[in-house]
Amino acid sequence: MTAETVESIVDETRTIIEDPSYPMARRWLEEHPGGKVLGHFQVYFPEELAHAAGVLPLKVAGFDTALPIRKADAHLAAFVCSIARSALELVMSGTFDLLDMFVFPPICDVARHSCAVWARNFEDVDCQIIYLPHNAASPAAVPYLTGEYRRILREIEEVASTRVSDEALRRSIDVFNENRRLLRELYRIKRDTPWNLSAVEAYILTRAAGVMPREQHNDILRRALAAIERRDAKPQDRIKVVFSGGFCEQPPLDLISVLQDACYIVDDDFMVGLRWILEDVAADGDPLEALADAYLNHSDYSPVQHDPRKPKEDMLLHKIEAAGAEAAIIAAAKMCEPGLEEQVGYSQRLYDVGIPHLVMEFEEKSNTFEQTRMEVETFAESLLFEFA
Amino acid sequence: MTSPTKHERRIVIRPPLSLAGTTRDENRTLIRDWWADLDAAENEGRPVANVFVMGSMAEILRTFDMPISFPEMTSLQTAVRGRSLEYITTAEDAGYSPDICGYVKADVGVHLQGGDHPMGHLPKPSLVVATNLCNTYIKWGEIWERMYECPVFVFDIPGWRGSGFETKKGSGTFRDDVRYVEAQIHELIALAEEVTGRRFDIDEFRETLGHVNELSRLFQEVLELNQHRPAPFNALTEGINLMGIVNAYRGSPKGTHFLETAKAEFEERIANGVGAVPDERFRLLLVGTACYSNFRDFAGLFEDWQGVFAHSDYMSFAGGALDRGIVYDLDRPFESMAEQMVLSTQEAMGGMFWGQDWLTEVVRDWDVDGIVFHGVKSCRTVSTGLPDEREWLLRHRDIPGLFIQSDLVDPRLWSEAQLKNRIDAFFESLESRRAAGARR
Repeated sequence: MTAETVESIVDETRTIIEDPSYPMARRWLEEHPGGKVLGHFQVYFPEELAHAAGVLPLKVAGFDTALPIRKADAHLAAFVCSIARSALELVMSGTFDLLDMFVFPPICDVARHSCAVWARNFEDVDCQIIYLPHNAASPAAVPYLTGEYRRILREIEEVASTRVSDEALRRSIDVFNENRRLLRELYRIKRDTPWNLSAVEAYILTRAAGVMPREQHNDILRRALAAIERRDAKPQDRIKVVFSGGFCEQPPLDLISVLQDACYIVDDDFMVGLRWILEDVAADGDPLEALADAYLNHSDYSPVQHDPRKPKEDMLLHKIEAAGAEAAIIAAAKMCEPGLEEQVGYSQRLYDVGIPHLVMEFEEKSNTFEQTRMEVETFAESLLFEFA
Repeated sequence: MTSPTKHERRIVIRPPLSLAGTTRDENRTLIRDWWADLDAAENEGRPVANVFVMGSMAEILRTFDMPISFPEMTSLQTAVRGRSLEYITTAEDAGYSPDICGYVKADVGVHLQGGDHPMGHLPKPSLVVATNLCNTYIKWGEIWERMYECPVFVFDIPGWRGSGFETKKGSGTFRDDVRYVEAQIHELIALAEEVTGRRFDIDEFRETLGHVNELSRLFQEVLELNQHRPAPFNALTEGINLMGIVNAYRGSPKGTHFLETAKAEFEERIANGVGAVPDERFRLLLVGTACYSNFRDFAGLFEDWQGVFAHSDYMSFAGGALDRGIVYDLDRPFESMAEQMVLSTQEAMGGMFWGQDWLTEVVRDWDVDGIVFHGVKSCRTVSTGLPDEREWLLRHRDIPGLFIQSDLVDPRLWSEAQLKNRIDAFFESLESRRAAGARR
């Protein structure tokens, strides 16, 4: 029997993530009649809470041109980012008609407003804001967040008509710890041997976590990692870059493809919420407190969290160094206030320390990339000459 | 009726009023003094705090005798004086996107130009207090952190939580929120001690809280005066002066004195039948902010139709939630401040996101004919869901609303012809509605 290839696993997974009707969630509902679905907006949500209640957590990370915006525009101001529109359109259009509960973290002002817009329009969906702390370094943040997780858990229990035990939470933490370990391994390969795993492949395999039961995603990752192990591609003469700017709205896959044609993306913040917690969450003690502690004290960074212990430019420089990258792509989604503001700080620091970088904007609904291709190729070629 | 133009405004002869202009004069003096205090602090090397109108924490900072600078106010002042664009373009030249908050860019532009502002000199902050009530506050604070290496304290007040959420004093969520906020009050006090080198004085703190209690009571009373017909003040044009002072002088007896002056002047107008807009015909409620780059023109588009803004949600959230009735218990100042912060900001911010019930009450109590929803590119905090809210209120409560867009401070986003067309059409629809009501 022929061993399956990375290509076949990625093709199968790509079909799933590119379908705005969330086919794997529909299949899960067929297998679990009466099952409940919790959607959550970018960036981070403790999915263990839903999982422990037998509720299927799904990440809504916007959609590319596969989802035309027809209804959502009438409900939002003109200068709002594309991901907020497409998330709303998913439900308004009836494409994503599975939700029993939806949770927004307070990552930005658009997200907080969106919760109210959803609550006004979808009366059958329990729309919540999970108030993740903005004063992340406060000694009071962990106890506060533990209480907030408890509040959200009570909401989930009500939606699912069940009670969740600490034991069930610990079992769910185990499933997600495994998922995070597998994702870390995927990113290690991408960082160390990017010729064996392209940026598009890694992206597809990562994003799939948000659209299916996590046990199934763990299985896909195990299969993919085994297939990658069998790969023996040859390194090419390309510069290594870190991509920054994919923490919320996602660049279209074709754009990532254009970037990887010119360089190796050895690290990035695509779908960073799925990889937010950097270590295993403790399995002993109070599981809600362990999750709160992990979110605040053992986690990544992004423009939507201010934490004086994690100055963002320092974190970016560390990421570039750890990945052995020579340059960076500092991107931001159009109309994304936090991303666009962060871009300036990142760019200034990289300029100060002499790391070459390309500043760009993107939108999930873009469908022509020739200009970007030219810019990235020029950027990459100029660096190849410089480093030669 | 055809649409009038701004050149056709009528000359109105008002009865002589003994208090006419007293509010305006005191406002000018206080704003001048506020700038002078900022100047003096910088010259004397005293630390200055940069804070924001929603959650300024003036109660704590004033206890340390720390001058407080409000960049939202100083940015809007650049626009009112017709200078915002030069600062905005300075920031854009430095890499800031055309698609971010204009307040931020106007402020960055001033700092990049050495702090020279049309009204004085902007000092460098020694401390930044940024609440989470607008996420851009935090990003703005980070910009100063990079420029001046000053500490940024993010004061986090958990807000409205979604479907069915109510702030209930006895609930577990309320207790968790208050505990978190109270802990941060102590953290901020420790940081302010470090920055100023002064010890915290609880008696001064109690005195400051007492002034805020008085300020809140007066602010509510002043706003309620506008339930009178005709409305004695315009919540758009005169409202901005009220908001400016209650923010800059929150916790100071000068703030309460100013509101007493305003209250007396507005009461005199009521006693003499004088309205803010001559021959008031339409009573409006503003949801969102004003447009400061074209402030007079913006107001004129409504005044030309004898429309007065009787109220605004702007005066609620940007008035530091004073309209929500802040009452600090001076016997337990820390816990009480935390409780009031949670209660008032959840109500004011909830009113911004989930505002349909509060707006319905205002429409009823202030006898409003229609709501003007003004979305501004600069402020997604205020603007994101306005079209949806307008549509919901029309569909569920039969309250007519107009949605228009421009900006706070960026004159490039001002399109007078387009705005006028929409505003004229709105007033015509209000007239038709009124006529239909009369026929019934």
